[in-house]
Amino acid sequence: MTDTNDRDKKKISLPILQQPSTRRTALKIAGVTLGLAAFGKAISPLMVIPENVSLSEFLQQHYKELSEDDKKEIFARLESEAKENYGANVSISDPKPIPGVKFGYAINLSKCNGNGKCMEACNQENNHHRGVDQSYIRVLEMTKGSMDMEQGNTTYDHTVPQDDKYYMPVQCQQCDNPPCVTVCPVEATWKEDDGIVVVDYNWCIGCRYCEAACPYHARRFNWEQPEIPADEVNPNQGYLSNRIRPQGTMEKCHYCLHRTREGRAPACLEACPTGARVFGDLNDPDSDINWVLKNKRVFVLKEELGTRPSFFYFFD
Amino acid sequence: MSSTTDHELLTPDADRPVRSYPKFIWWGLGESTNGSPLFYLWMFILTAVALVGANAWAVQVADGMIVTNMTDHVSWGLYIANFTFMVGVAAGGVMMVIPAYLYRDKKMQDVVIVGEILAIAAIVMCLLFVVVDLGRPERFWHLIPGIGRFNWPMSMLTWDVIVLNVYLLLNLHICGYLLYMRFLGRKPNKTWYLPFVLISIFWAISIHTVTAFLYCGLGGRPFWNTALLAPRFLASAFVAGPALILIIFIVLRNLVGRNIDEAPSHLLIKIVRVTILINLLMVISEVFTEFYTGGAHTDSARYLFLGLHGHNALVPWIWTAVAFNVVAAVLFLSPWVFKRTSVLTIACVLAFIGAWIEKGMGLIVPGFVPSTLHEIVEYTPSLTEWKVSAGIWAFGLMILTVLLKLAIAVFRRQSEESLQ
Repeated sequence: MTDTNDRDKKKISLPILQQPSTRRTALKIAGVTLGLAAFGKAISPLMVIPENVSLSEFLQQHYKELSEDDKKEIFARLESEAKENYGANVSISDPKPIPGVKFGYAINLSKCNGNGKCMEACNQENNHHRGVDQSYIRVLEMTKGSMDMEQGNTTYDHTVPQDDKYYMPVQCQQCDNPPCVTVCPVEATWKEDDGIVVVDYNWCIGCRYCEAACPYHARRFNWEQPEIPADEVNPNQGYLSNRIRPQGTMEKCHYCLHRTREGRAPACLEACPTGARVFGDLNDPDSDINWVLKNKRVFVLKEELGTRPSFFYFFD
Repeated sequence: MSSTTDHELLTPDADRPVRSYPKFIWWGLGESTNGSPLFYLWMFILTAVALVGANAWAVQVADGMIVTNMTDHVSWGLYIANFTFMVGVAAGGVMMVIPAYLYRDKKMQDVVIVGEILAIAAIVMCLLFVVVDLGRPERFWHLIPGIGRFNWPMSMLTWDVIVLNVYLLLNLHICGYLLYMRFLGRKPNKTWYLPFVLISIFWAISIHTVTAFLYCGLGGRPFWNTALLAPRFLASAFVAGPALILIIFIVLRNLVGRNIDEAPSHLLIKIVRVTILINLLMVISEVFTEFYTGGAHTDSARYLFLGLHGHNALVPWIWTAVAFNVVAAVLFLSPWVFKRTSVLTIACVLAFIGAWIEKGMGLIVPGFVPSTLHEIVEYTPSLTEWKVSAGIWAFGLMILTVLLKLAIAVFRRQSEESLQ
């Protein structure tokens, strides 16, 4: 060792590993040690990750790569987490798209009176964060004589309906050409065979690119862990739909697929007191939704963007 | 450690002694951490700020991004603003590489390493700014091609991941190779660096173009959905990058006290004289289109420059940027910029800050205001976001300082050897 270093000094003057063992070197070592220790202390809050995320959850594969056994295990884990964190007994299912069915939704703007029951129902059905009254629906109070959303207002707080206003609920339009799916860097969101755009909450990295891409403000981010009182947790949960979402991931309207794929109506439709909402199978010529599309003057939002929504609006 | 026999086998040829790249790095680390009390104070302050940032980020991961002031309406903020700007700084270094290698400017070739080092530090900062913006950073592996599910070529973000990482590797290779050869006193072999340099020129343009495509590809955001975005990004990058390099030269001249040739600085000033005007022209062109046309599509621009329905959080920012850019342009075009360091310094600082505001807060935030449903929710960064961002800047400056000192050590050693 010393021999090599002496040679280095003589022949090639390479001061590798032979920095003078002076105070400066000692101070450097002390500085680096101190710095690393301080860094360890600074990032110690990150320890919540190993505490909250088990190894199997960390290594969990994308939804489409999960076997039935994997799913069983994951659902059991999520159910026990719901018990532990929320004190609720829930059951998680994974209903598949019904072959040949493509869902469509339409809203009768002549009937909607802006009462907001759909938002409430969405909040409860979908286990939304109660602290911020989260919902997948926003109802715009629009000025009669204008289709310009610029004239709309979502924060109205007065009796409805107002004479000079009409009301337009907006939620995920389940586009056939969804910009949110295109931009996702990890394929955490995709369009299912029945037209519903879903999110794998356990695969999403939380970059929020989809939220920037969506022209309808349909996506929501979990800025914190949702808070829901135990007795308010909806125990009937779908893996790709209303199960309690993890912090730091994206979520969106999924046409209540845990209900609609089992033949029930979406919660927002069921809650609507005005009968403004029409939901059904676009592939079934006798469905209510097809009757609306055939007999009413129907339009979609922001048609010029080429997103091809499966969500329609009409006036009587 | 090499045995004595190995050593003797190789040492007869004095030009090819036992030296390896890791040993060179080790030597460089030793050299670059030697310095004056001022240097240690500088590094101490940077370390402290970086630690504050690291802590703020760790808390953000634990408590959720609720500690930022971002919302579902303004879902990207200070982090992505800084990211966008730093991609420009990284690309800006190419304005030294082009004259050095495409026009074979000998004097620029001597100092081009500064631009490449800046690119390394800037790209590291970019990657960090993306990571701190993630809601689930521990799931980053979902982005690794082959292991995760990489939505390439559809998602522009996957393109950005590729181009940024490759640009980092290119610059690490070019810098490392050129410095190592200089350290060994050997003439660099062109086949080992020239192709990479030429690729890196193309690549510098690509990183900023792809980053612009992230935004301008979104049809639902009219403020970003303009074909001018990528050219504008490049123009402002070629202002901010060279401005920072000019500042680095001024600092080096003052601190190292070595005779750094003025010619590369003069060339950079001449470049900025052009790019700063192109950038202003593009801003004017954009502003004209927005304001002359009017209508709901131009609300973001109105919000940015004039305020909208009484909301005007960004108005002071953008007018500061406009004032800085205009004053910087006037100073750069004046003859004093060549004669007085003080004028040059002010011009560079103003141009740099102006570009930071214009391409950061002035570009990202108005894309979200008003929202796609035309709701107006304003955004000002939270303390956490400032801490994390300052931490990343401090870390980037640490990398820049250490790499510059390493380069200086190599250069100094070479000139000492040539004196002997």
